[in-house]
This record gives sequence, C-alpha cells and structure tokens, in this order.
Amino acid sequence: MGIRFILMVNKQGQTRLAQYYEWLTLEERRALEGEIVRKCLARNEQQCSFVEHRNYKIVYRRYASLFFLVGVDNDENELAILEFIHLLVETMDRHFGNVCELDIMFHLEKAHFMLEEMVMNGSIVETSKANILSPIQLMDKAS
Amino acid sequence: MAMHGMRGLSVFISDIRNCQNKEQERQRIDKELGNVRNRFKNEKGLSPYEKKKYVWKMLYIYMLGYDVDFGHMEAVSLISAPKYPEKQVGYIVTSCLLNENHDFLRLAINTVRNDIIGRNETFQCLALTMVGNIGGREFAESLAPDVQKLLLSSSCRPLVRKKAALCLLRLFRKNPDVVNVDGWADRMAQLLDERDLGVLTSSMSLLVALVSNNHEAYWSCLPKCVKTMERLARNQDIPQEYTYYGIPSPWLQVKTMRALQYFPTIEDPYTRRTLFEVLQRILMGTDVVKNVNKNNASHAVLFEALALVMHLDAEKEMMSQCVALLGKFIAVREPNIRYLGLENMTRMLMVTDVQEIIKRHQAQIITSLKDPDISIRRRALDLLYGMCDVTNAKDIVEELLQYLSSADFTMREELSLKAAILAEKFAPDLSWYVDVILQLIDKAGDFISDDIWFRVVQFVTNNDDLQPYAAAKVKEYLEKPAVHETMVKVSAYILGEYSHLLARRPGCSPKEIFAILHEKLPTVSTTTIPILLSAYAKILMHTQPPDQELQSQIWAIFNKYESCIDAEIQQRAVEYFALCQKGAALMDILAEMPKFPERKSSLIKRAEYSEADTAEQSAIKLRAQQQPSNALVVTDQPPANGATSPVPVGPLSLVMVPSMITTEDHTSTDQALSQQNGSLTKVDPQHPSADLLGDLLGPLAIEGPPGATVQSEHNAVSGLEGGPDAVDGSAIVPVEEQRNTVQPIGNIAERFHALCLKDSGVLYEDPYIQIGIKAEWRAHHGRLVLFLGNKNTAPLVSVQALMLPPAHLKMELSLVPDTIPPRAQVQCPLEVVNLRPSRDVAVLDFSYKFGTNMVNVKLRLPAVLNKFLQPIPVPAEEFFPQWRSLSGPPLKLQEVVRGVRPMPLPEMANLLNSFRLMICPGLDPNPNNLVASTTFYSESTHAMLCLIRIETDPADRTQLRMTLASGDPTLTFELKEFIKEQLITIPTAPPQSPAPAPPPAAQATPQIPPNDPAALLAGLLS
Repeated sequence: MGIRFILMVNKQGQTRLAQYYEWLTLEERRALEGEIVRKCLARNEQQCSFVEHRNYKIVYRRYASLFFLVGVDNDENELAILEFIHLLVETMDRHFGNVCELDIMFHLEKAHFMLEEMVMNGSIVETSKANILSPIQLMDKAS
Repeated sequence: MAMHGMRGLSVFISDIRNCQNKEQERQRIDKELGNVRNRFKNEKGLSPYEKKKYVWKMLYIYMLGYDVDFGHMEAVSLISAPKYPEKQVGYIVTSCLLNENHDFLRLAINTVRNDIIGRNETFQCLALTMVGNIGGREFAESLAPDVQKLLLSSSCRPLVRKKAALCLLRLFRKNPDVVNVDGWADRMAQLLDERDLGVLTSSMSLLVALVSNNHEAYWSCLPKCVKTMERLARNQDIPQEYTYYGIPSPWLQVKTMRALQYFPTIEDPYTRRTLFEVLQRILMGTDVVKNVNKNNASHAVLFEALALVMHLDAEKEMMSQCVALLGKFIAVREPNIRYLGLENMTRMLMVTDVQEIIKRHQAQIITSLKDPDISIRRRALDLLYGMCDVTNAKDIVEELLQYLSSADFTMREELSLKAAILAEKFAPDLSWYVDVILQLIDKAGDFISDDIWFRVVQFVTNNDDLQPYAAAKVKEYLEKPAVHETMVKVSAYILGEYSHLLARRPGCSPKEIFAILHEKLPTVSTTTIPILLSAYAKILMHTQPPDQELQSQIWAIFNKYESCIDAEIQQRAVEYFALCQKGAALMDILAEMPKFPERKSSLIKRAEYSEADTAEQSAIKLRAQQQPSNALVVTDQPPANGATSPVPVGPLSLVMVPSMITTEDHTSTDQALSQQNGSLTKVDPQHPSADLLGDLLGPLAIEGPPGATVQSEHNAVSGLEGGPDAVDGSAIVPVEEQRNTVQPIGNIAERFHALCLKDSGVLYEDPYIQIGIKAEWRAHHGRLVLFLGNKNTAPLVSVQALMLPPAHLKMELSLVPDTIPPRAQVQCPLEVVNLRPSRDVAVLDFSYKFGTNMVNVKLRLPAVLNKFLQPIPVPAEEFFPQWRSLSGPPLKLQEVVRGVRPMPLPEMANLLNSFRLMICPGLDPNPNNLVASTTFYSESTHAMLCLIRIETDPADRTQLRMTLASGDPTLTFELKEFIKEQLITIPTAPPQSPAPAPPPAAQATPQIPPNDPAALLAGLLS
C-alpha cells in the first residue's frame, strides 16, 4: 500500500515527527523507531539511501541535522520516494523560509498539516507546492 | 511567531528540548500529563482553544514514545467543534492517536458524515482525510456512497475530489463491496480523463488498488493509462507546478506505469505501439545529469519503465536495451543507482533469454557482494543466487563461501542457506558438494540447520566412491583446534560408518580415529554424545583383529554413561554395551547403513516451490518474494511411502533421532535383537520422525494428499474469483432463498461465467461449504466432478444434490453422500451427454444442513453450448464451397445485432476464441470482418461444422452483422443466439441468460456510457 510511515529524526536520534499510515502500538513504534534510527544513522554518505528492515524498505535522506526516513513496502519505487522527501523539504522551505529542525519542532502542527496535504493513507495526494500550502496560507491569513 | 498564542505548547516543547537526560524528560512529561489530565477533568471550564492546545501536547508526548491513555475523548470531541482550527486539530490528532477499531471513532461517525456531505470544502477535506487514514469497515458501510459521489461530482473542486479518491481507496480495502465493479470500471476510466493532476494522481492510486484486485474488470482503463503516459511524456498540458526539476510529475508517471503492470498484457496493437513509443523514449532519453534531484527523478521514471518493459516481455531488441542499461547501472559508483540496478537485474532473471547476457556481468556483481554497504551486498547476493546455474555454480558458491567468513552476522544465515541450496542444486561433482557443505559448517556452523548435514550424510551413504573421501575430509576438519559441534556430529556419523575404509592410511587406525573423536566429547552437548557413542560402537566393531585396549577404553565409556541422566545417552550406552558382549551378532546389527531411498531434498524443493510461486506472479510482486529467505522448516511428517521404506530406524540406528526415544522403542529393541538377522527393517510408519534423516521432508503443502491439492487449487481460484462484490447471487437464487441466513461468498453468477470459459474452479462457496468443479469434454460427452468440501470442524448433514437437466442433456450424477465429515472433501462424478444443440442450462439443486441452518441453492452448471465446440481451422478452399452450399435460412441465418458492447476487433476475436470459435484470419478481405469456424458435437448432429462471419462497422461499434451457417437449422439458430448473448452483455454482469430463474429486469440492457474508452479507441483504430 505504499508509504507505511514517515519519520523525522535528528542526528541524536530524537523523533521530531512521526506519522504512521498503518496502526502500530506504542511499543511497536518505539521498537521500530529505535531499530531504524540505529541502522540508518550509522550509515555514511557513500552508502545508498535504501535500507531493508523487517518487511519494510526504508528510504532516507539527510538534511543538515535532520534525517527524513520513509518506510515503504517492497512495492514502491525507491527513487520516487527519495525525491518525494525532497519535495516535502522544499515545500517546508517555501513555507518557513530556510527551514530547519527547530521550525519543524516548534511548528509541529504545520508540519502535520503539510504532510496531510501530501500523503493520505500511504499514497501521494498532491505534489504541487502551491496546492499543498494553500490551506495553511488561508489559515494564517484568517488568524 | 506562527504559534498564534499556543505559547504553552512552545514552552513545553522547549522545556523538553532543554532536558539533560531521559529521566528529566520523563519527569517533565509526567508533570505535563498530570496537568493536562486535571484540566480535562473539569472539562466545562475549558475553551476550545485550550482543548486544542492540550490535545497537541498529547500528540507531542505520544510522538516521543510515551503512553497517553486519556484525553482521546477530548480529541474526538474537537471534531464537532464549529470552527475550523479546532476541528482540524480534532481530525488530525484523532487520526494519529486512534486506530480504526477504537470505540470513540464510532461516536464521531455522524459528525464526520455531516462534514463530508456538507458544503464546507475545508471540512470535507478534513473529514475525507481522516476517514482515508483510519476509516474502518463501519465507515466504509456508511460513507462509501457519499465519498463516491464527491469523487465523481463535477461541481466539486479538485481539492475535495483528490481526497475523495484516496478515501475511497481506503474504504475499498476495508470493504471491497463498496466498489461495485460493474458500474465502477467505466467511472474509473472516466476519472482517468481528468485534467487536474492532483485528482489524477490520487485516482491512479485508486486504480492500482482496483486492478491489482481484479484487472479483468478494468480493461477499459488500460488505454487511458497509456494516454496519461503519453500526455506526461510529451509534457502536454502539464502546469509548471507539477513539473519537478523539469520532469512532468515523476510520481504520476511512476504510478501510471505501476498500474499498467497489473494488466497481464496489452493486446490492442495501437495502444501497445503508443506505449512502447513512450517507453522507448524514456529508455533512450534519460541521461545522467549533474543535479541530484533531477537525476533521481528521471531515474525513478526510468526504473519504472524498465519494470514495465520486462513485464510486457517486449520485443527482443528492447529487452536487450534494458539489460544493457542495467549492466551499466550495476557498474556505476552512485550507490542508489547501483542498488536499483542489482535489484532490477534480479527481476530481469525472470525474463527468458537474458540470463546469458546477465552472466556476462558476474564479475561486476561479485564486486558488489564485497561492497561496504550491506544494502548493496544483499541485492548482489540475491542476484547471484538467482543467476546461478551449472555453468557458474562453482564460481558463485566459492565466492559466497569466501564472503561468509567476513559477512555480517545478520547475513550469514541467509548466505549459508543459499550456498547450501546452490551447491546441491548445481554440484558438478559430489566431492565438491561435500567440500562446500563442510566448509559451510566450518565457517558458519551456528547457521547450519540439521537438514543440511542430514543431507550430506544421505549423499555420502548413497555414493560408495564418496565415502572414503568424505571420511578423510571430516577427519581433517576434526584435527583443527576449534571445531563446531555440527561438524562433530557429521564427522562422528561419517567416521563411524566409513573410517574403516581409511584404515590403511597413516593416522587413520581405529585407535587414532577414536582418539580424535573422543577428544571432542567433553566439548559437546548432550544431543551430540549419542552420535559419538554410536560411532564408538561402530569403530569397535570394525576393528579387526580386535584391539583389547581400544575395547576396554570404549567399554569403560559405555559403562560410565550407563547412569547418565539423559535418557538417550543412557539407553545407547546400555544397549551398545550389551551388544558388544554378543560377539558375532554385533557384526550384523552394527552393519553399515543401507542406502537411503532417492528423494528430492527439501532444500531444493523449497527453492523450486518458491520459484514456481513467483513465476506466476506479476513482476511487481516478485520484489516481495525476494525478501531474505526464511530458514528451512522441517515437518515431522511421515513419508507417503513410509510403510514400505527400507530405512532402518530402530534405536540402534546410528542416526541420532532425539524424538525416537520412547518406552515403546525399548521393547522394539528386543524384538529387533531377537530377529537376529540384523537387518533391522522394522519401520513404524506412524512414527512422527521415522524418516527424519531419510529426507528433509517438504512442507505438507507441497506433498499433501491429492485431495488437499485440489482443495488448495480451488482456494486459489476462489481467491481470484471472489471479486470485490461478494453477495450477488440473486440472479440464480430464487427470491424465497434470500431468507437463507447463510450468505454465499463471492458472486455466484460471476463464478458461473468464469466456469463457462474454463474447466475447473469454484462453483459456489459459503462459510460452510465449497463446491468446486472440474470438467473434461470430449466430443458430445462431458465428465464433470463436483468437489464438495466441508470447511468446518462439524459435519454437514442432509446433503442433497438434485440434477435438473434441460431436455437436451442427459446427465447422471453419482451418489452424493448424506453427510460430509468435518474438513472432508467428497468427489461426485457427473456424466453429461449432449443430445442436440440448445442454449438451455442445467441446474443443480443443492441443499444441506449445518446446525439449524437449512441451506438450499440452485446453481447453474457450466455444461453450456460452447463446451461441446471444438475449434477447427478451415482453409479457404474448403471454407468457401461450404459457405456457398449452405445457402439461406434455415441453415444459414443472418442478423444485424445492435447494442453490441463496443470493443476493438482483437478483443472480439479473443472473446470468440475463448468460446472455442476459431478465428480464420485472411479469409475475409475486409479487415473489419471476422470469420470463424468450429465443430459442434451432439448425439443427433454428430460432429457438425459451423461457420461464422461477423461484419463490424468501424464507424459504429455498437452494431454488427452476423451470419451463421451449419448443416442443422437448430444448431445455426442456437449458436447465433449464443454468440449474440456474448456480444451484447458484459460477461462479468449477471446476464439475461437462459437460466431457469428469471433474472432481475435491471440487467436487461447493457449500459453504454457515451465516452466508453473502447469505443473511443475503436474510432482511432479504424
């Protein structure tokens, strides 16, 4: 079914955002996040962006101190997901302007709103930055 | 700045951030949880804003991995807040915190529905998104029609419709019935004409889910997907916002090509050509560029195109182009491309004719096996495993062995299993095989399952010339300082049996062999000691002339273990000691083990099983299959031929079979002893592990009894046919039967139609019974077998099957038992004789009782007219004289048929073919016409030639002229009507068939939407 989860984790391994598209209990999430973070954060720049873990494939990308990790099933196009991460980052960048870890941390709700416009039920809904951001801009204007 | 007063939340987050350690964090969180809990307790004083703030805090805490076991109600209640900001938080937090089965969700269902059908777009979006993320079955049942309406509504804006598409996808997964395939396929095709790329992207995801479930129903979407690809590839009408680094939405391109991979093939030549042009352009036109993102995006598209080309099994030239590309990719330095190159090359192995080209890259692939990146190593391993055959097995396995010593722990098990399988499967000679397995045990003993060493023993035992070699080899290993216990086991076995063959070599006297073995005894566990004891007994027996010193040494050991706490060891010690006193009898009883019956290794069986499994799947699913293989499963199933198997398995066998030790065996020892012939052929076929060594026994599913095979076959079929709309048996089940509390599984009418075209499958299924059918047709005779399978653990009683044959069929159903035992399957043969041509259909009146439920169904049997046809090619020189000689009615009938389901000519040809009418190409000069011939068999007509000509109008595909000719007026008429029925109905819909029960009126006329894709396509073609 495509994307199973999206994690944003900083290089200390602290979760900054977690969005799951399948139900896992809190314990399962904790364990899974721990395993993935251990596996992915230990990798270096020369290694590929894909890690096979349990029955997931993790597609990840690092931006400064923040790792974006997307868990997909084995039926996904890895490079498309890799660039989807970049699209997400560019979208956040357009909104926040020079987005950084703190923006995501302190504007958790915004990050969630954006993600919600981009992914639904593990499938990509929208890839136009203008369309993704328009509800947030409307809200900002209203308040 | 943008926190808009949610200061409390900001403060809390920065507090957490400032925590020095986990303990501080926990304290701060506990404090906050206490605070929030208190505030929620007197909810009345809370403003919506405060509620919103606290709910976000809860989400934050939950995200950090702390349990939040309260406040769910507050989150859900925000959904009904009148203002957008609160409502939004309610929806988002609810879908993060709750799962689909949570009770509170049920409380919100009305509010959610009101938001969905309401006029506020933003509310609609929120509600659709939440349902799309966590909606369960209940949501599916109550909301699906509303969601469908939104998706199709022309007055809805794209921002709502795109969410409706994915929401429907979720509801479809939760309850496939929400999409009724019959009508939905056309709507889906319509949706694919969408201009808005957001809606199109979502719709494409929906389509992927639908076609993966039932591609048959969505043929009409195929040309639409190709059109979408064309639009994207040519960059026509793509808004700037949807191009990504100059590439028209790579995600939509990928998704569209993914959808196309679910169609088994593309028959229409025009569509196929168009698609191949697009694919060719992608294959040729993707260059490596400097910009990483652009490069990735274009390669995402390229890899998907490669997968699609492989799936379509394109022309040879295009295939070799693909292999060449992949060959380039696996050699590049860029790790992502290399990884994907290896991954896709493994999929490519499934395509015939390219293995040889792939083999040329072997050296390159082996380099990747040593890559520092484990992801790449894994892909390389899978690829090497897949490409191994007799010609390269030696090289590949040796590479794997070499790599084994340095491989990470996580990969060793998989690696050694794969090496073992390959060594056995492709061994050029047996001594090499023995070498490989011993090396495996030596290097990765912890990962070598018992099956692997059992198998080596079996080979050595069965091959005399291998025995001295193996004995010498294991002795070498035993002399090493550190030896894995598995090595001790296999060595003890082999040396016990065959070390006497080495006796003349230096250092191989019985005494020395014994010393080497015995040295290991203190280091091994209790499961290995019995094998050592057996080996000692054998060595002693082979020592000729007897060596008093060795004898007393070994006897002392037996004596020592006579009081061992482990029953197996104790028993062996006692028995061997007793046997040793018997002198000559020892020779017979401890004689060399006889050969094992030749049987396929379960390692190989497993390998083949999984290959057969994958071969039938679409290329996409292969990826899932190529997951690291799991270890072998050895089932303790007695072999089918267990009773006659000559494998000696008494407690005296030199094989350590732990589960053999029972008191019952104890008595059999005496029996065996008293037999005195020492052949020890007593075999207890019931014994669960009687043949543990004999083979590594495949799982039950592979080698089950025939009945089970049929059953599983049927299950597979029912999986295919089950379809999304489960309960639609009304076409045949008379109205009063609807009171049956037992509902059929799957669509009865659909099952019947499927069976009209093939000869085996499921006729009917409900929670208690499955009725399968298998048919063979020869001329005017048919032999059907009904498989009545009781799915329960309780018997089905009062089973009755009554045939209601039409006048033209003579049918004889063999006796159907009154009771079907639990989990049993009963086979009832049914003989059919076709007396004369008729379209009438036989009906089976079937009833049974389960508990208090009396179930009665009337099922049409697929003993239909086309089953008595035999396609026959008729050359032109025969066709025309025949055609002319059958001049005019009643032998030759012509009719203009209107309301034909529009379809391209090749599709019509396929349809006719599937009814066993053979298309004779080239007979009719007009390319818009089809000519077909067939032979009809019945008792009255015998074999009778039928000729058919269909003239289509390229300008109007909804009508055609049909001419039928045969030597029998009834046959001509019946066949004409039969073909007509097939052309004007949609086969998946319940037809206005000659069924005895009147069909619902609604299905009488087929609905042809104005923009049917097939019709459009037909227009293009002509």
